[in-house]
Amino acid sequence: MNMAELSLLQQSVVLLAALVLFLSFVLLAQARLVSAIHAFAWQGALIAAVTAVVALIQGAHHLYVSALLTLVLKALLIPWMLHRLVRRLALERHRETIARPALVASGAVALVIFSWWLVLPIIADKLGFTRNIIAVSLAVVLIGLLMMVSRAQAVAQVLGFMSMENGLFLAAVSATGGMPLVVELGVAFDVLVAMVLFGVFFLQISDSIDSLDVDRLNRLREADAAADPGVGGVADPDDGGATETGARDPNRTLGADVTVPASRSAGEARP
Amino acid sequence: MSSSLTLLGWLLALLQALLYLALAPLLVGWVRLVKARLQGRRGPSPLQPYRDLRKLFNKDTRVAHTASPLFIIAPYLVLVATWLAAATVPLLALELPTAVIADLIVLAGLLALGRVFLALAGMDVGTAFGGFGASREMLVSALAEPAMLMAAFTLAMTAHSTNLSSVMATHLAEGLVVRPSYLFAFAALVLVAIAETGRLPVDNPATHLELTMTHEAMLLEYSGRHLALMEWAAQLKLLLYAVLIANVFVPWGIATTLTLGALLLALVAILTKLVLLGAALGLAETLFAKLRLFRVPNLLNLALLLGLLGLLSHVILEVGA
Amino acid sequence: MSDPMPVLMPALPAPLGLAGLAVLLALLSGLGALPAGRWPWLLRGFSLPLLGLAGLVALGAGLGALGTGQAETATLPLGLPWLPWQLRLDALSGWFLLIIGLVTAAVGLYGPAYVRSLERGQGSLATLGVCSGLFVAGMLLVVLAADAFLFMIAWELMSLSSYFLVAFQHEQAASRRAAFLYLLMAHIGGLAILLGFGVLSAFGGGFAFTAMGGADLSPTWATIAFGLAFVGFGMKAGLVPLHAWLPESHPAAPSHISALMSAVMLKVAVYGFVRVVFDLIGTPHWPWGVVLIIIGGGAAVLGALYALVQTDLKRLLAYSSVENLGVIFLGLGLALLFLSADLPVLGALALVAALYHALNHALFKGLLFLGTGAILHSTHERDLEQMGGLLRRMPWTGLFFLIGVLSIAGLPPFNGFASEWLLFQAALQSWQLESGVLRSLVPIAAAALALTAALVAVTFVKVFGIAFLGQARSRHVRRARRAPLGMRAALGLLAVLCIAFGVLPSVVLGLLDQVTLLLLGVRLPQATAHGWLWLTPVSPDTASYSAPLVVLLLLGIAGLTLVLFKSLLNPPGARQRQRRCDPWDCGFAAPTPAMQASAGGFVQPLRRVFAPTFMLTELLLIRDDGSHRWLVRVADRAWGWLYLPVVRLLEQVARRVVRLQSGNVRVYLGWTLATLVVLLWIIT
Repeated sequence: MNMAELSLLQQSVVLLAALVLFLSFVLLAQARLVSAIHAFAWQGALIAAVTAVVALIQGAHHLYVSALLTLVLKALLIPWMLHRLVRRLALERHRETIARPALVASGAVALVIFSWWLVLPIIADKLGFTRNIIAVSLAVVLIGLLMMVSRAQAVAQVLGFMSMENGLFLAAVSATGGMPLVVELGVAFDVLVAMVLFGVFFLQISDSIDSLDVDRLNRLREADAAADPGVGGVADPDDGGATETGARDPNRTLGADVTVPASRSAGEARP
Repeated sequence: MSSSLTLLGWLLALLQALLYLALAPLLVGWVRLVKARLQGRRGPSPLQPYRDLRKLFNKDTRVAHTASPLFIIAPYLVLVATWLAAATVPLLALELPTAVIADLIVLAGLLALGRVFLALAGMDVGTAFGGFGASREMLVSALAEPAMLMAAFTLAMTAHSTNLSSVMATHLAEGLVVRPSYLFAFAALVLVAIAETGRLPVDNPATHLELTMTHEAMLLEYSGRHLALMEWAAQLKLLLYAVLIANVFVPWGIATTLTLGALLLALVAILTKLVLLGAALGLAETLFAKLRLFRVPNLLNLALLLGLLGLLSHVILEVGA
Repeated sequence: MSDPMPVLMPALPAPLGLAGLAVLLALLSGLGALPAGRWPWLLRGFSLPLLGLAGLVALGAGLGALGTGQAETATLPLGLPWLPWQLRLDALSGWFLLIIGLVTAAVGLYGPAYVRSLERGQGSLATLGVCSGLFVAGMLLVVLAADAFLFMIAWELMSLSSYFLVAFQHEQAASRRAAFLYLLMAHIGGLAILLGFGVLSAFGGGFAFTAMGGADLSPTWATIAFGLAFVGFGMKAGLVPLHAWLPESHPAAPSHISALMSAVMLKVAVYGFVRVVFDLIGTPHWPWGVVLIIIGGGAAVLGALYALVQTDLKRLLAYSSVENLGVIFLGLGLALLFLSADLPVLGALALVAALYHALNHALFKGLLFLGTGAILHSTHERDLEQMGGLLRRMPWTGLFFLIGVLSIAGLPPFNGFASEWLLFQAALQSWQLESGVLRSLVPIAAAALALTAALVAVTFVKVFGIAFLGQARSRHVRRARRAPLGMRAALGLLAVLCIAFGVLPSVVLGLLDQVTLLLLGVRLPQATAHGWLWLTPVSPDTASYSAPLVVLLLLGIAGLTLVLFKSLLNPPGARQRQRRCDPWDCGFAAPTPAMQASAGGFVQPLRRVFAPTFMLTELLLIRDDGSHRWLVRVADRAWGWLYLPVVRLLEQVARRVVRLQSGNVRVYLGWTLATLVVLLWIIT
């Protein structure tokens, strides 16, 4: 396929799809919850834009409705709800410490290549210029799942979940020109209900264990509630969840390193 | 290729190289003026960098007792390597001989050559600041260079060539094509340019005597004409990156034939692009604060990621199966 | 290319004869050093010059073979009755003879002055001389061997003699341990190579390379043979994760031997790999290329990172060898990938880049190891933290070392850049591949290469900046003497070669034409299409690089700059003065040597960015008097991941086996009897 042979509108669909993928990476790497929510909102807006442009190209009027629906729901309503939730839980300044960010990012790159490899044999020629976008949407789904694996913060996990849904929606739009409107409305309603349920759950979890770190849900086991600080290599064992401001950030300046008063051992010595 | 190796071509290449040298201080002056106006100051005239250079050239030069001969040679080498690197980037016309002797990878190599001597010069006198500066410069470059080459590879894979003039010619021939890979490569290259030329938020070009300085820390021991050469090289580097970004991503206006009219048009076009880019840089520097040193790797990792995504989106979305 | 070789050739004897002469000279050099224990001058007055001569002769043989492109064979009246030793000198052997010859000649020039300082030491000079001779002879024979039997004998000769060289300073426990580890690894690798030859000869019906080359292998067996060759030669070449022995053993030997080991012996491993995979096995499969690219890229990045954090200069150089061998294997992997995709010209390009880099690495690594030897000779110091300001004490050594640094850092117009540029060009042709996944993988490998190059630049800025610039950090370094003339001459020779091979890449490509013609049946049609001035590996429109013009312009612009500033910008009346003064350093207290950046401190930011790669131990010690010491130890992760588990397993097995050893002679005889019976049973 040659980019130059496509019309300008088709080119912009490809461009928007690439940006959706980029925002998945941003979501994955963004440690600040509020910024991650913004990235998610932008991703929703881009999906809406893709839908609108596809509608324009194919002249499919029902797609305008889903574009509008996506815009309102994914780019405005859900981000607003998440924002409100974060404010109520006093997490605005929360920074999560992402364990092994380089590894996670390279994993995501590997997932992109992998999903393309998966899609290569099954894409049909009649899909035209959107066929490669399916690979991108599959990658968005997988990266969303990866985000849920790599993050311990419950709100971040919800963002991962929602961006998976974004990927599915992108696949539907690019492969078949969108699902029937009834299905779409149903899905949108589901997502909305899920969001409300998440919100209720978070408030409850936060009330009962004073944190939204899902690794700490292990501690619901009664026996070792006090001893186990959490598993999974999350470097924030005593995360209060509420007042994390970056003061404990391991990135200190050059000068500060020299005056660390105690020994710091980052691994065992060579035998 | 051989068509460009004419006497006229070489003359134009020489003219273009001299033009780089002449324009470099002006761009810095323009950025400073924009910044000053945005911050509510009157600011010096955009010609001030020329006056500074002239002043420095007329001053006595001081060299520390502990300095080795490398300290005295380094400014010349840094300027010459940067200048040659700049000369390979088409400013006015494609198909000049200087664009043929070196491609994008050689360009990166020449810039690295200048940087290595800059860092070595910083370490030469044996002061605390010089070592700091060299260490930080090398940190930034070690992370920026792969990002830059990734962006370059993205461009090269589209044009099937690492020659800058071929890249631009391909882009010109295609007309306006919205390529996601170009967008990513553009963003990556902008970040790399900011880091490599020591602009905010990576390094603050306006300060001396700050613990966080990078570029200035290496130049602390320089004075007089040596300092002038080093400053000029830094200005040249900024112009180089600006022209690279402007002419690769928005090549329209550059002369494809070596006629007087086309060349004049190209001059006007590139000056317009540079004025806009400079204003954008001034605006960005007004808006952003300097990052802590250990946040800079995050910025450069973002650049690397953008380069990588550019490559992948080229392979996946633009070429396909 | 119109090289002068064909004109010179008729005057010289046949290349294979020359190569045989080189082997004999190397053996003679070893023999002559036998009485060096009693007469130490023999080593420096006779043995080492002869070794250098052997190098020169080998160089001549290599050039001859590359010039004619004809393969010559000979059968020696030695070896087993049914398997006489066969020699063969073709273009590939010729290329590696060239590499061995160049560095050996430089070592022969360098050695006499260097071993003088060893004469007062405890090491046995006779061992040093004999083993050096055998070592070089072994390497030459590996390259010349045309059957598996002679190959393995020469290979073991090379490994064993270098073991004694590593153990030269055997009074130090660390040296002994390094040597033992080296021996162990060399033998595991040798075993894998032997098995690989076994597979090939089983299908080819003979131990001669000609028979093996005709073997008709099924893909499975070809892959098994490839895997064995990769493990065997890769272990010798120090590929990650089998590299941990290399930084231990190479620095333990005397510096000129370290140079031979790092610069040349690793290339012999590359030769073996190329010979087996490209020549004997024949048709490649694409997964081989992918494996090589991933392992090579990983070795390059990890080697560069570990080299970055070293403070012992020789260890640093050894890790940098791991990095460069990774780059070479990455190039070979690209070549395999292109060949399996039926793109022989691109395969030739990648192969040429890899072989060119092998030569370049031999030159600059030889130069840097010999330069380190010169520093060691003058200061008795190889710890960077103690050095500083050596450029003013040893200006010539410093200049040559700087050329080595610029070459290894891959900066134009030096030789390291030329080969890396070719490698990048090969990688950027990956759009011609069929498979989309490979098309996206190869540029990522190229990005790893770019990261490697950038890290190497940091590493060697650190090395040169800390060792040669600034102020001396210890008293004995402040009193460094100049290196002797012989040493400087050898360094100068290698430095000139580094520049020459960087400025004239088209000449090298002309030499390598015969190699690709031999192995792949193609040559690079476009490489020097526009004359020696231009390097256009794929086509002139794709990429072109003219190193001579870059040099010319660099010099021209420098001249222009000088003229400009001297005449135009200075007002006529103003007189420029340059005065010496104290360092300013922002006007704080007068700088002392301790205030400079240390070798560890210089890379601290990068060490932190890449912290998960290392096994780091950082300690702050506060003494009673209030003084502080910051200790950083960096250990190789390969130890914890690979070596220690293997050692533990071996120990467990050994504990079981030890039960056999009861001490009773009759029990041992019983085992012998049982073994004999079983063996006889098997044979019949």
